[in-house]
Amino acid sequence: MQFTINNKVDKVGIEDRIARITKRSLKSESKLAGLKMVLSMIDLTTLEGMDTDKKVQQLCYKATHIHNELPDLPNVAAVCVYPTMVKTASNALKDFDVKVASVATAFPSGSSSLKIKIQETKEAIFNGADEVDMVISRGKFHSGEYNYVFDEIATIKETCGSDVRLKVILETGELGDYDHIRFASEIAINAGADFIKTSTGKIKPAATLPITLVMLEAIKDHYYNTGKMIGMKPAGGISNSKLALQYLLLVKETLGDLWLDNHWFRFGASSLANDVLMQILKLKKGYYQSNNYFSKD
Amino acid sequence: MSNRIKVLKTYKIFIDGKFPRTESGRYVKLVKNNIPIANVCLSSRKDLKNSVASARKIFDSWVSKSAYNRAQIMYRIAEMLESRKEQFIEELILQGYNKEKSIVELDKSIDRIIYFAGWSDKINQVFGSVNPVASSHYNFTVLEPTGVVGLISSEESPLLGLISLIIPAIVTGNTTVTIASEKYPLTSISLAEVISNSDVPGGVVNILTGSKSELIPHLAKHMDVNSIGFTEEKKDLRDQIYLDAVNNLKRLVEIPKSKIESEEIESPYIIKKFMEAKTTWHPIEKDFTSSNSY
Repeated sequence: MQFTINNKVDKVGIEDRIARITKRSLKSESKLAGLKMVLSMIDLTTLEGMDTDKKVQQLCYKATHIHNELPDLPNVAAVCVYPTMVKTASNALKDFDVKVASVATAFPSGSSSLKIKIQETKEAIFNGADEVDMVISRGKFHSGEYNYVFDEIATIKETCGSDVRLKVILETGELGDYDHIRFASEIAINAGADFIKTSTGKIKPAATLPITLVMLEAIKDHYYNTGKMIGMKPAGGISNSKLALQYLLLVKETLGDLWLDNHWFRFGASSLANDVLMQILKLKKGYYQSNNYFSKD
Repeated sequence: MSNRIKVLKTYKIFIDGKFPRTESGRYVKLVKNNIPIANVCLSSRKDLKNSVASARKIFDSWVSKSAYNRAQIMYRIAEMLESRKEQFIEELILQGYNKEKSIVELDKSIDRIIYFAGWSDKINQVFGSVNPVASSHYNFTVLEPTGVVGLISSEESPLLGLISLIIPAIVTGNTTVTIASEKYPLTSISLAEVISNSDVPGGVVNILTGSKSELIPHLAKHMDVNSIGFTEEKKDLRDQIYLDAVNNLKRLVEIPKSKIESEEIESPYIIKKFMEAKTTWHPIEKDFTSSNSY
């Protein structure tokens, strides 16, 4: 298959649309409904070299008991960990409707051989991962070896099979401009990605609204062409409720209500959950909250 | 150049070391003797929320500066204020303040900053203690700043009132959110300009202008505010502060108006009110080879 960058992204149009989105805000009941939706879409994430079993267990507890004071809150969508922590997470979550996502393929750099990446993916799935978050080989992408990037994604998807959903991290902060982000999205989608995801969270800039819009447009075009839905996951840097609600607005107005579900849209975040909780409590109690009264992880 | 039009200052608010307009876009016109003087921001609860968030964010870094360094920064505020004294006096008069009183107000304010600055590295020498206990422990008590302090400026004493609350709070490492006097709001924003030029990190001092009765309940109920300092308020508002502050047991520091104007307030006990005592028990490990016990 021959790949060329042919879809020029309208930079001014994208940024103008985002400028208008960021001026809007949700109020009262819609805000509360939106905040609960945000909670249900969070992939609660810990991806640190210093992660321990206890830390992961603690995060899983938080995923399933987000705030005991308010029993009517939804659980988060998934817990996202390194492959070595998958067993711990899947044990902790076995009685709950919270998925285990594992990063794989030499996260975050992606610098490893395909053989090792396949092996890592297999292990993660064997240990109980419901979802795999892979990174693309950005070096190959920049060298113009688009077929390599495509084949790699396709091979990992084949390894995942149809039951394990594959999220493909483009690491947009390393891709350069919108045209390249759009192009990488198309490669990932055509190679069999179930989700496309902006960032590892290790590189700045991570997820932004304009980059997400570029990727959502790629998903939309693919849907119009083939009727097939692809999920979207912005990750990194989304730490407050207001911003998260703006992402929901963007999804609703680009892809429609079908995507307003944690099957098709996720947030990769760690501190977002507490901010959403504080906002929900503010709406219920009428006064501003303090992070001191919420669990750290 | 005789007919040039004077450039007037736009008075904004002071949040996180920056001068934004209120997010609400609301203003009130400040009028003296039928002459409009300025548009004053009518801050909203969201400005207050942002201020508290910025005060909380900078707290760890401000409190971990050395006491000596914080004192130097306080002196710097006094230096900056001294050099802009004339502007402040002019501005006070513009807002309808008496001329003689304005001069006194400035002198007292500058001196008061210097007074409190000196206490920065001495407060724990005076109030900290090593306590005698009956077990094999060192037991000592130190004072630590309370955290994020909400301050409500008195209506009169537009500058002195602000200084007498802000400086004793920040000198030990607290960070602050201040609601300015409604009657003389301009002085508070000019003070913010002085503070932002004095190496005070953004967020340590935040100053909002606007309606006190609108902002105070949100400040008093805010779970991330640890203490509230205020001078005099209408009785119903004062009662409300006492009631609202209960939810997270805020430390309330009420300073009588008369104290602000007199030198009575220049005492370490005011600084102490914005601090908490921490007592530590430290086991003594005896080294039998020497007579010292450390």
